[in-house]
Amino acid sequence: MKKVYIQGAGSISSQKTFDNSEFLDEISVYNDTVISVVNPNYKEYIPPAAARRMAKGIKMGVVASRIAMQEANVEQVDAIITGTGMGCVVDSEKFVSAIIDNNEEFLTPTSFIQSTHNTVGGQIALGMGCKGYNFTYVHASNSFESALLDAKMQLELGEASSILVGGVDELGAHTIKIHRLIDHIKENAVTPATLLDSKSSGSVFSEGANFFVLGNALSERCYAEVVSVEMYNTLPLENLEETVEAFLKDNNLSTEEIDVVVMGNNGDVAYDNYYNHISSALFSETQHVYYKHLCGEFNTASSFGMWLGAKILKTQQIPEIVKLNETKASAIKHILLYNQYRGENHSLSLLKKC
Amino acid sequence: MSDLKQELKEKIIEQLNLEDVAVEEIGDNDALFGDGLGLDSIDALELIVMLDKDYGIKLSDPKEGRKIFESVEVMANYISEHRTK
Amino acid sequence: MSKGVAITGMGIISAIGNNVAENYDALIQEKKGISRISKIDTIHKDAIMVGEIDTTNEQFFKQLNLPEDNNYGRSALLGVAAAKEAVAHANIKDIVKYSTGLISATSVGGMDMTEQYYYKYLEDESLQKYIEGHHAGDSTQKIAQELGIEKSLVTTISTACSSAANAILMGARLIKSGKLDRVVVGGTDCLSKFTINGFKTLMILSDTYNTPFDENRKGLNLGEAAAYLVLESDAVVKAENKKVLAYVKGYGNANDAFHQTASSENGDGATLAMEKALKVAGMEPRDIDYVNAHGTATGNNDLSEGRALIRVFGEDLPEFSSTKAYTGHTLAAAGAIEAVYSVLALQHNIIFPNLNFNSQMKEFHITPQTQLKQKELHTVLSNSLGFGGNCSTLIFSKEA
Repeated sequence: MKKVYIQGAGSISSQKTFDNSEFLDEISVYNDTVISVVNPNYKEYIPPAAARRMAKGIKMGVVASRIAMQEANVEQVDAIITGTGMGCVVDSEKFVSAIIDNNEEFLTPTSFIQSTHNTVGGQIALGMGCKGYNFTYVHASNSFESALLDAKMQLELGEASSILVGGVDELGAHTIKIHRLIDHIKENAVTPATLLDSKSSGSVFSEGANFFVLGNALSERCYAEVVSVEMYNTLPLENLEETVEAFLKDNNLSTEEIDVVVMGNNGDVAYDNYYNHISSALFSETQHVYYKHLCGEFNTASSFGMWLGAKILKTQQIPEIVKLNETKASAIKHILLYNQYRGENHSLSLLKKC
Repeated sequence: MSDLKQELKEKIIEQLNLEDVAVEEIGDNDALFGDGLGLDSIDALELIVMLDKDYGIKLSDPKEGRKIFESVEVMANYISEHRTK
Repeated sequence: MSKGVAITGMGIISAIGNNVAENYDALIQEKKGISRISKIDTIHKDAIMVGEIDTTNEQFFKQLNLPEDNNYGRSALLGVAAAKEAVAHANIKDIVKYSTGLISATSVGGMDMTEQYYYKYLEDESLQKYIEGHHAGDSTQKIAQELGIEKSLVTTISTACSSAANAILMGARLIKSGKLDRVVVGGTDCLSKFTINGFKTLMILSDTYNTPFDENRKGLNLGEAAAYLVLESDAVVKAENKKVLAYVKGYGNANDAFHQTASSENGDGATLAMEKALKVAGMEPRDIDYVNAHGTATGNNDLSEGRALIRVFGEDLPEFSSTKAYTGHTLAAAGAIEAVYSVLALQHNIIFPNLNFNSQMKEFHITPQTQLKQKELHTVLSNSLGFGGNCSTLIFSKEA
C-alpha cells in the first residue's frame, strides 16, 4: 500500500492560523461562550462575482483549501472530500425562518441552495474546475475523520494521487440560541486559560475550516504521514483503554512510542473524563496537548487538531499554549489524536514524522 | 418611468448582493444576463420572486423571466404594464 | 481484500410499499404512489404532488417498539424500518460477529422537527429533545443503535440527490479494501416543508404526475423513502454460506463542476461517472443490460442525463427507464431505492416501465422503456445525479 502524506495545510480558526509562516505566535484571548474565526481577507482569494452568494462557511472552505493547495504547490487535485457537521447552517436558518415568518410565500432559492450540505465541496470544485470525485460527510464529530479515511483509502490503493480533504463548520445565531437551552454551550464566559477548569457542562461554540492536500509524493514541504484513522460510533469509557491499545497494536506501536497525544478536551465536565482517563491510564509519561481552548468546539474542530499535530511534526515544536503537562518530548516521531463529542463518535488518528 | 428604473437597479443590486456594482454602472439597456451584468439562472429565480412580492406579477415558467429580465428597460416596461401593486 | 462485494439483504419503505415485496408488486403492477400531500400542512398542497408513505410517526413508534419519550424524526423512523428489514433479510443473527459498519445518507435529517419547533423550542422545554436530532448524523446514530452496531465505523453522507448512491459506493470500497467485513448502506429522507419550499423556489416541482424523459415534462414530485442494502465480503459469504442477491460490480463518482444546481447541458459529470463505473467493473457499455436512470422529470436533468447516456452508450444503449414516476424523487434516499429496484430487476429478469411517458423529447431520439418487459438481465447500471454537480453511477451484476 502506498503512503499518504500531508503536503499542504490551510487553517481558518479563532486564532490567526491562515498564515502558514506562523505557528500560534500570537494568541487571541477571549472571555466568552461563543467565538468566531479570525477572518483572512477573503477578497484576496475569491472574485466578487463568485463571492456574492457565498455563505461564510463556503468562503472559509474555499480560502482554507486555496491556502493548502498553494502550500502544496498544486493547482488541481484528483478528489475533493469535505466533512461538515451542519453545512451552511446560517442559510438553513434563513430558509426555515423565512418559511415560518412568511407562511411559505416569497421565498427565494439562494439560501435553500446554500443549505445543502455539499455546497462547500461543490463550490470548491466549481472554483477550480475539478470534475473528480467529490464527497461530503456529515457525521457530527466524525465528519472530518470520515473524509480523512476516504481520502486515505483512495491514496493507499492508488485510486488517486492527490486529494483535498477538510473540515468546515460555521456558527448560526439560532443554532447557538437553542443549544444554550440544552446546555451544550457553557452558561458562563471562560477564557482559554480557564476552559478546562470551568467544572461546568457544555463547551465554547465556534467555527472554522481546516483543509489539507494529501498525496503519495514525499517532499520537503510535507508535514507528516497519515498512518491510520479509526472511528467508533460508540465507545463506553470502560472499553476506551483496550480500544486505544488495540489501535496502537494494529499499527505495531506501543504506548511508549507515542511522543505526543493531541486530545479534544472541550471543558465539558460531563465528558472530559474520557481524555483524562487515557492520559492517566495509558500515557502518564507522554506529552499531552489540547487545542479546543484555542479553536473552540464545532463538529469539525478535530480538523484543527489534525492541523496542530501536523504542524508539531513539521516544526518539531510544541507551543506552550497547547501543553497540558510538561514532559521532555525531544524528537517527535508519532502523534496520536483522540477526539469525541458528548461521549459519541470517537476517533483515533495516527500521524508520523516524514 | 425613470423612477421605476432607478428603483429596479437598486433592488437588483441589493437582492442579488452585487456589492461591487453601483447604480450608475447599470445602463438602462445593458444586458443583465450573460456578458452584461453576468447574472445567472438562480438570479432569474430571485428576480421572479421580486416581481411577485413587490409588483404582484406572478410568473409560472422561469423561461418567461429570461425575456422580461433582458435589461432594466425591458423590465420596467413589463412591470408598468402588468403590475397589480 | 475482497474481490466481490455481495449484496445479501435489502430493505425498503417508499410510497409504493412498506417492504421489498410490496415495492416489487407495485412495480410490476405499475401502481404509482404519487398523491396530494396529507401529512404536512403546506400552502402548496394543491399545487404539488408527492410520494408519501402512509404510516404515521406514531404508528412507527409502535412498530419499532420505541419508548414514548423518544426524539425520533421521520427520517430516522423510515431509516430504522428499512435497515431492520435489510438485516433480517440478510439473515444476520449476530451483528457483531463480523466487523460491521453503517454508511447512511440523508439530506433532510431532522429538519422535519426543526421546522415545526424552530421557535417553539424557546418556550416549550418538552420539545427541546429534538434539538439534538437536527443534525444529519443523528438518524444514522439511531439506526446503528437499533441494529446493534457498536464501537464501529458509522458515518453519514450528504451529497444532495446522489447521497445514497455514494453511501453504497463507499460501503463497496470499504468491503473491497478489507476495512470492513460487512456494511449496511443506504439512505433515508422524509418529506419536509423545507424541501418542498426549496424545490418550489427553484420552480422545478410538477403540479401533476411527474413524467420522466417526456418532451412536456413539468418537473419532479418529491417523495419520502428509505432503503438499505447489506454488503458482505467474499469471506463472510463463504463462512456463512450466504445466498447472494447480486453484486456491486462497479461504481463511479464525478463532479460536473458546472453550476451550483443545474447539470451541464452535455452531462459531463454523468458521463464521467458512468465511464468510471464501467472501468471499475471491467465492462464495456454493451455489457449493460438495463439502465435505471436518475430521470427526475425536470427539464434540465433529463436532457443532461439523456445526452450523457448517448455519449457513453452510443448505439449500444440498452432499455432505460426512470422509476421516479412511481416513488417521486426521494432525494438522499433515491440511490438506495433504485439500487433495490435494480437488484429486483436482476432477480426477476424484468425491466420496470418508465410510467407517464407520452411524447418523445425533441433534443434526441432515445426513448425510455414504457412497458414492463421480461429480459434476461446480467447487469444493471443506475445513475444518481445531484445538486452541487454531484454525479454517481453504480453497476449491479448477477456475477461476482
